[in-house]
Amino acid sequence: MQTVVFWVLAVAAVGFGVAVFVVDSMARATFALLASFLCVGGELLLLDLNYLGVLVVLMMIMEMLVMAVFMIMYMMNPGGLMPMTMVHNRRAALTISIAVFAAMAAGVLLTPWPHRRGAVPHDPAFSLGEAIMGPKMLVMMVIGIAILATMIGSVVLATDRGRYDRPPGRDGGAA
Amino acid sequence: MNLQVFLLLAAALFAVGLYGALSQQSIVMVMMGLELMINGILVAGAAFWFHIAPGTADGQVLVLVAVTVMALEMAMGFAVVTALFRSRDVDVTDEAGDLRG
Repeated sequence: MQTVVFWVLAVAAVGFGVAVFVVDSMARATFALLASFLCVGGELLLLDLNYLGVLVVLMMIMEMLVMAVFMIMYMMNPGGLMPMTMVHNRRAALTISIAVFAAMAAGVLLTPWPHRRGAVPHDPAFSLGEAIMGPKMLVMMVIGIAILATMIGSVVLATDRGRYDRPPGRDGGAA
Repeated sequence: MNLQVFLLLAAALFAVGLYGALSQQSIVMVMMGLELMINGILVAGAAFWFHIAPGTADGQVLVLVAVTVMALEMAMGFAVVTALFRSRDVDVTDEAGDLRG
């Protein structure tokens, strides 16, 4: 049963991933990416990572909805009413990515992976919480600072005003 | 399912994302490619945790970091696109090659 679910989710995850770059509309591409993320969330659930799996599912739904808004803001052809290809250097990109996949697959299959050490804890979310509040607290602190820096940085980048407010004479800036 | 099939899935997701990041012209689509690559890392991190060292939470912490990186990447990416679009009306990579070395 688990094997069937794994393969269905795996094929769907990769298939939706390919669909992101094949479909004609930006909005459809966004939702294909969302579907791919949901499949990966399902794979995490298969690995007993209930908390992280649900976290990925919830976070990605929010993230992709935000992304869909941006898509429609910036992109021509958000609805896919006409065929669209916006690619450059397609053949080289295809070659590189196939070569990278082949190299990684060879590594995966040829590496003698170590045997499993330890057992899956009764409650993986509990051990994760203990880790980030104990020995791995530095990771959590760095993540927190990074999130703060991103909030400040993205607002500074996205705002229309510079250090001296708006350029003179524009949108009510002092002339 | 053993470790290898999970890692193959991760490699496939990473390769598809790499193709997108290399080939797409629109900056937002490039970011989608990057997200797919990080998606592969999520699978690989979780599989390593489950199949190699489930006793410690290191793998789970790695997945947590990857999820955070994904969200931050998207936020900063959109901020950069917004700044670029505001100043130049540009949303494709070919017209933003100022740093080309």
